[in-house]
Amino acid sequence: MEPKAIFEAVKGKFGEAVVELQEEGFRPAFVVVSPESVREISLFLRDDPAMKFDSLMCLSGVDYKDRFAVAYHLHSLEIGHRIGVKAYLPREAPSLPSVDGVWPAANFQEREAFDLYGIVFTGSCDLRRILLPEDWVGHPLRKDYKYPEFYHGIKV
Amino acid sequence: MKARAEALPTQEMLINMGPQHPSTHGVLRVILRTDGEVVVNARPDVGYLHRALEKIGERVTYAQFMPFTDRLDYLASMNCNAAWAWTVEKLAGIEVPERAEYIRVIVCELNRISSHLIAFGSFTADMGAFTPFLYAIRERERVNDLFEDICGNRLTYNYVRIGGVSADLPDRFLEKTKEFLDYFEPKIPEYNKLISYNKIFVHRLANVAAISGGEAVAYGLTGPNLRGSGVSFDLRRSEPYSVYPKLDFDVCVGTGERGTVGDCFDRYMVRINEMRESVKILRQAIAQIPGGPVMAKVPRAFKPPVGEVYFRAENPRGETGIYLISDGTVNPYRLKLRAPSFVTMNIFEKVTKGLMIADIVAVIGSFDIILPEIDR
Repeated sequence: MEPKAIFEAVKGKFGEAVVELQEEGFRPAFVVVSPESVREISLFLRDDPAMKFDSLMCLSGVDYKDRFAVAYHLHSLEIGHRIGVKAYLPREAPSLPSVDGVWPAANFQEREAFDLYGIVFTGSCDLRRILLPEDWVGHPLRKDYKYPEFYHGIKV
Repeated sequence: MKARAEALPTQEMLINMGPQHPSTHGVLRVILRTDGEVVVNARPDVGYLHRALEKIGERVTYAQFMPFTDRLDYLASMNCNAAWAWTVEKLAGIEVPERAEYIRVIVCELNRISSHLIAFGSFTADMGAFTPFLYAIRERERVNDLFEDICGNRLTYNYVRIGGVSADLPDRFLEKTKEFLDYFEPKIPEYNKLISYNKIFVHRLANVAAISGGEAVAYGLTGPNLRGSGVSFDLRRSEPYSVYPKLDFDVCVGTGERGTVGDCFDRYMVRINEMRESVKILRQAIAQIPGGPVMAKVPRAFKPPVGEVYFRAENPRGETGIYLISDGTVNPYRLKLRAPSFVTMNIFEKVTKGLMIADIVAVIGSFDIILPEIDR
């Protein structure tokens, strides 16, 4: 299915929760959705016979300076089409539902986004820091991250 | 007898496997909870090699990031180089000369062979057969020699450029590659005779940690690990890029030859068979390669248009995806590296439940993970 048709179908089903379609300059195109409905829309995209997005290729956190985003890149092995789903989050206490119950592949990548951006995935089966030490302060991929001078008394 | 068994302490043991352990293929720590020899739970702990490549990427230019991709999957640097170049070219719409694309495919497939050789060699060494490792290294040396000819390096090549490759092939390179292929192709049946169908080896792998096709897709397994589960999906075929559409090859899948579909043996066998397919691709590419330039015109202060792109390439360890956001300046705004080994580690805890400790080594080897790529 073309991104436009996917957007129309999701919009028809979820109405207000689907904000816009980002097409120009985006490959693949993104369906922008409200963060609180991410889990329901993901379930729909996975299970609907016309969608069948059985594979979560990539899940990434992004810092757009004025706000955060979580981008999901989906692919359907059976149908062969692709789409992006994006949810924008406020800079203050960014949080959205986890999709590791929809695609188990999400767990490690959600932990990574939590570790490096401080985005909280509610309902996640296991949300801990993954790449950095557990006692690290701050989230380094944020654009306003200040490098610490010391870590456990060692100059960084 | 019964009374004695009750007197023995039977609580679970907590064992640290790694971070320094020869069978974890780098600095991977696995926290094992065991009941005697049986694994109750094996939780991977990654991040020991974290070098913040994504953060570095936001501070260097697009061209400057190329050598960092070498350090992503150092056993397949050419593939990582090329994946980065293809991503940026897709974002900026750069047309690459055909000769350069053929050169990229040739070096990528050579690198796939050398990477699979290491996978094969280290896996058999993990399983207690050291000799095949020496055979694999011997063959890999010849690939390294070929790469040394074209770019001077034997491990971190930094050969591919955005818009082409850094230099044309040296004299006699294609002949030498052909000689290597003639030498290498008969070695594959030799490996099978030597170890693949060895009874002990098969017993160590068959029916161990079988993953069904559906599970493999849901957990984001890619590359040989996905195909080992019987799913015929190869990006070179399904989402063709570069000149792969012009080349004919078979997609190897696991068939449950010695046990269940998707067990460790299937994942191992897919890699052995893929080496043969790479030889096939290389022979065609050598026959078809056209003349002409090897670099497109790319400005020195390269600024791609504003946009977001996700590109994925079929690397030896699976799908290396790059999500790249450009804000129109000389530096990438955000680049996310979706490393196949990282996503593969997701399923590790699930498939190792109830196995023996020795099987953990078989599972790690059959996934062919590489730690610099997991930790980035």
